Amino acid sequence: MGSAVLATSGVSVRFGGVHALADVDFEAEQGAITAIIGPNGAGKTTLLNVISGMVTPSGGSIRFDGRDITAAPAHERARGGMVRTFQNLEIFSNMTVLENVAMGCHGRLSVPAWHSMLRTPRSRRIEADIRREAMEALEFVGMAEYALATAKDLAFGRQRALELARALAARPRLLLLDEPAAGLNIAETQALAAMIVRIRDTYGLSVILVEHDMELVMGISDAIMVLCFGQTISRGTPAQVQKDPKVVAAYLGGDEE
Amino acid sequence: MSYRKDMIWLGCFFALLMLAPAALPNNYFLTILILGCLHSLNAVGLCLLVGHAGQISLGHAGFYGLAAYSSAWLSATAGWPVEASMLAGVALTVAVSFLIGMPSLKLKGHYLAMATLGFGIILSILFTETVDITGGPSGFVGIPRLSFFGHEVKKDLGLYRIVAGVLCLAVWLAFNLLHSRIGRALRALHTSEKAAQAMGVDIARYKLFVFVLSAAFSAVAGVLYAHYLTFIAPSSFGFMFSVELIVMVVLGGMVSVPGAIVGAFFVTVLPEFLRAFENVEVVLFGAILILCMMFLPDGMAGGWNRLWARVRRAWAARRATGAAHG
Repeated sequence: MGSAVLATSGVSVRFGGVHALADVDFEAEQGAITAIIGPNGAGKTTLLNVISGMVTPSGGSIRFDGRDITAAPAHERARGGMVRTFQNLEIFSNMTVLENVAMGCHGRLSVPAWHSMLRTPRSRRIEADIRREAMEALEFVGMAEYALATAKDLAFGRQRALELARALAARPRLLLLDEPAAGLNIAETQALAAMIVRIRDTYGLSVILVEHDMELVMGISDAIMVLCFGQTISRGTPAQVQKDPKVVAAYLGGDEE
Repeated sequence: MSYRKDMIWLGCFFALLMLAPAALPNNYFLTILILGCLHSLNAVGLCLLVGHAGQISLGHAGFYGLAAYSSAWLSATAGWPVEASMLAGVALTVAVSFLIGMPSLKLKGHYLAMATLGFGIILSILFTETVDITGGPSGFVGIPRLSFFGHEVKKDLGLYRIVAGVLCLAVWLAFNLLHSRIGRALRALHTSEKAAQAMGVDIARYKLFVFVLSAAFSAVAGVLYAHYLTFIAPSSFGFMFSVELIVMVVLGGMVSVPGAIVGAFFVTVLPEFLRAFENVEVVLFGAILILCMMFLPDGMAGGWNRLWARVRRAWAARRATGAAHG
């Protein structure tokens, strides 16, 4: 697979004596939706944290677009085109919806600090660009009408959509979604599935998805990796993974023979 | 608040500052106004640091004092021109704040509060103990008065106008910053450092930036203070003044720049009115602060916003009933 946008090799993470991840090789192909699934505590979110730079692995390496980013801090990875959402929403609750999404443009539409302090024409142009692109991202997720609302006043489902819009405003090449369907009802989850596919098709980006909702995962994923106790136990297309006896055993607690 | 509203506020504030001396009965009140402006300058910087970025400093009195003492020493003892001393005093303070901030802002949690607390106390001891340089507890006397290109600003009124102008300039810079991507990034890292990082914000760098900026505001206030009073003493730059500065920002409502200024003037002016009560002055001062926090939990800015909203609702209701009757 020469077209891997992201690849980890031999990634290990220890929390005290616990091996949260043990020697994990993971690949996400360019333009694909790749899901990471597994039972609770399998290390899915830890893997996402390693990829996005929030957790430093004790071993192994991470390559993004062919570059080794193992040592790069989280904000540099974000500026490099890798943006994530959070399982427990991390919206900027006291800011308006538009300001939240504007934060997505932060790394991309930049200007030296003194321009901002003196409000130079260049700073004003950048602020206008940020505003316009933030509005576009809000329109994409269908939330333009809430632009001036305070983020914490939104309903939970809209806060999830807000996080997605904020991530999109960054125009990432790789979008990391940490349990985007958590707390959503069935209708909202179906809308989310359509949205993820539409994002991928419109922006041509790659998606890595950590998710518990199997219907969502099996419906939209091009490839799936299954983690169990920090180890890879299966990988392949949704059909292959579903048939894998090791996966069935991991979920249903059967014998592994 | 929109940028335009903030600018209208700033215009009104500037006009008020320029007109205020005409309404004052004597020069003593002008002194209080100048001190109020200098305290406001400190408070505006702290409002950015504490209110917006959520980083607590308990040592800004140290920066205030460091700038005041270094400019005083350079001009009075080393014989530098006043302008050069002031620039050097501010530059030195900025450099020191950079050195203090760099290690402590890389850590999460309240390390900045601890580091600045220690720093402030160390400086306060230095001001008192290095008698040969600072004059010790009895103070540093004979500081030349503020002057530009050999022209000394003799009258307090002229000096007041300069200080008020500098304050308004600082407020303008602060408003610009808050209405820009940097202001958003500061508020963002205050709410969620994780999410701010995920949006590409180098949080250590932004924290350091706003810390150094707020120290620079205090430094400018410090050098103006020294060359206005021509006498400085360590008691003005102690730990209690750092706390007072935080109180000004909290009273103002944390995130509001106008609030911080109102808080600063309040804390400056209130003791003057309480002088008449002599022994119980401190108790009254504390009681008033407690009452403020009880009834204005979101500060004076928050209280004002609620009052204004109520007036507008009442106005709308009156217009509605008026229309129904008419």
